[in-house]
Amino acid sequence: MNKKPLNKNSWSIFVKFRELGIFIFIILLVIIVSLRSPYFLTLSNFNVILLDISILFIVAVGQMLVLLSKNLDLSVGSGVALVGMIVAMTVSKNWNIQPVVAILMGIGYGLFFGALNGVIISKGKVSPVIATLGTMSIYRGLAFMISGGAWVDAVEMPESFKLIARGKILGIPNLIFFMIVIFIIFYYFLNYSKIGRQIYAVGSNREASKMAGISIDKITFLVYSISGILFGLGGVLWVSRYASAQSDSAMGFEFQTIAACVIGGVNIAGGSGTLPGLLMGVLLLGIINNALNLIRISPFLKLAVQGLVILIAVITDVLIKRRVQKILLLREKV
Amino acid sequence: MDSTRSNFFRKTFLRREWLLVLLIIVINVINANLSPYYLNITNLFDMTFSFMEKGFIVLIMALIMITGNIDISVASNIAMSSVVMAISYQSGLNMVICIIIGLLTGTLGGFINGYLITKFRLASIVVTLGTMSLYRGISFIILGDQAVTKFPEKFAYIGQGYIGDTPIPFQLVVFIVLAIIFSLLLHKTTFGRHIYSIGINENACRYSGVPVDSIKLKIFAISGFLSALAAIFLTSRIGVSRPSIAIGYELEIITIVVLGGVSMYGGEGTIPGVVLSLFLVGFVRYGLSLKNVPANMIIIIIGLVLIFSVMIPNVLNELNINKKLKRRV
Repeated sequence: MNKKPLNKNSWSIFVKFRELGIFIFIILLVIIVSLRSPYFLTLSNFNVILLDISILFIVAVGQMLVLLSKNLDLSVGSGVALVGMIVAMTVSKNWNIQPVVAILMGIGYGLFFGALNGVIISKGKVSPVIATLGTMSIYRGLAFMISGGAWVDAVEMPESFKLIARGKILGIPNLIFFMIVIFIIFYYFLNYSKIGRQIYAVGSNREASKMAGISIDKITFLVYSISGILFGLGGVLWVSRYASAQSDSAMGFEFQTIAACVIGGVNIAGGSGTLPGLLMGVLLLGIINNALNLIRISPFLKLAVQGLVILIAVITDVLIKRRVQKILLLREKV
Repeated sequence: MDSTRSNFFRKTFLRREWLLVLLIIVINVINANLSPYYLNITNLFDMTFSFMEKGFIVLIMALIMITGNIDISVASNIAMSSVVMAISYQSGLNMVICIIIGLLTGTLGGFINGYLITKFRLASIVVTLGTMSLYRGISFIILGDQAVTKFPEKFAYIGQGYIGDTPIPFQLVVFIVLAIIFSLLLHKTTFGRHIYSIGINENACRYSGVPVDSIKLKIFAISGFLSALAAIFLTSRIGVSRPSIAIGYELEIITIVVLGGVSMYGGEGTIPGVVLSLFLVGFVRYGLSLKNVPANMIIIIIGLVLIFSVMIPNVLNELNINKKLKRRV
């Protein structure tokens, strides 16, 4: 009887500690970088960082839901490119489309492509990696096919469409506004809604959740659909922000979203991970990117640093986990 | 129960490989009808140049995936080995020594993957995701946006040469030798049986004394070595070393392995299967490119083939099980 609350308690401490760990790392990084570049610690630079990470965060939330349920979505990068391309081409032909309609269109297409992933995996019984590896090629290929390899340039898009990512709501830049809204919605969804908790349950123990009456297929379909909605939204924002749609944009984006999740403490084997943790992970990637630019370190270093950060994050994670478990074992013996 | 189960598995394996053979025949018939240039011995042999490097890695990737792991850093490791080899050649070393340095670099890269995975018990996808960026990044740090060309003429033989006067490429022979070695290793040795058993139940293997960590370390190191070997052949074939070579290879390699019947969840798959699938993908690509089908259409077709080749047997299996259950009721 006594064991249960103790266990739960130490786990929550561990989870908090996990986020604290990245937070301390971020603070250290900020101090070091601001010593090298005084511009780093200004409000406008912080704004730049947030703008840079917003699309990554939005798409990574979808990836996180998928990872929580012990799946994987490799098609998000291609999805961003494809939906972005479809919406940009439609908008460039009909200049009077309202921005809201463009966003809804992106979400709609995203939902369709995400749901397709979900159906292949839940009904077709294809393993997540294979299914999304396949759709990753298919979506990327489709983006090339419909555009014929051509770009949709800034001059072909109406001003109102470009304002989706550049405008402001209540003094907050739209991209950051979207990020905040997504954070709030999914924070509530994951922590307080029934389905949100079911996603965690499916990820941590499939068999037990099945016994408890959770439909695995339904949850799988749902997380992929949500991931689709978010990469659809991400696609519209991407095209609007960079004011150009290219079929090879967002290449490797899927790996960035996974990296953000892993750094943020989302367990790749499902069942654990929090939204604040993910935000930290995305923020860390964004700060590193920004800092490397500011200190004027060769851009060629970026990729290597990103890889190193992923490795350091997961290794420290394991070391902390081992220590926590050791302490737990000792306590139980006492 | 056990014997019927293994019987069942053997049947499915057989089915998978026959399916691949059938597909290869169909594709060849279609291709031969599409283009008069297709059924030409020289062309058919030359076609293999375009996928033999991937083939080297496909062999070891099959082993890695049978253990239930994955290595997505292979393409970056190719780039790193190639760049290190090129830079040491540029600094005036003998080409043979440069090749050895390249091989050592790749093997070290693979060893680091294996070490991190076994020492910290990390998921292989996470570790190789990190080293994928790291190794590609290191190649960019070393060469930046430069490229190294002007390798010695003899070096070109490795990736472009033929055996004597025959139209058989040297690369193809190396691949066949490797494929035979890997088939024997996986299907005829204890090491091979251990690989399957790790894929089926890693914990049970640990408790029954299978040296899980040492096996994992070995296969990841071999993966690094073969990536470096692929790097040498690729660099020699295209005659240039850049940090951006082999981008996207990891996905194609994984696609081929999965198409060859290796299960993502480990424990299933054969070397003949993945070799057949390598050639199948090669024939498809070659035929489509003869017909001037754009590369992006080919990507879509391969994606579709990948999904359906897994989905159709699964759905049929499911239907069968449902039927049996109903009969029992």
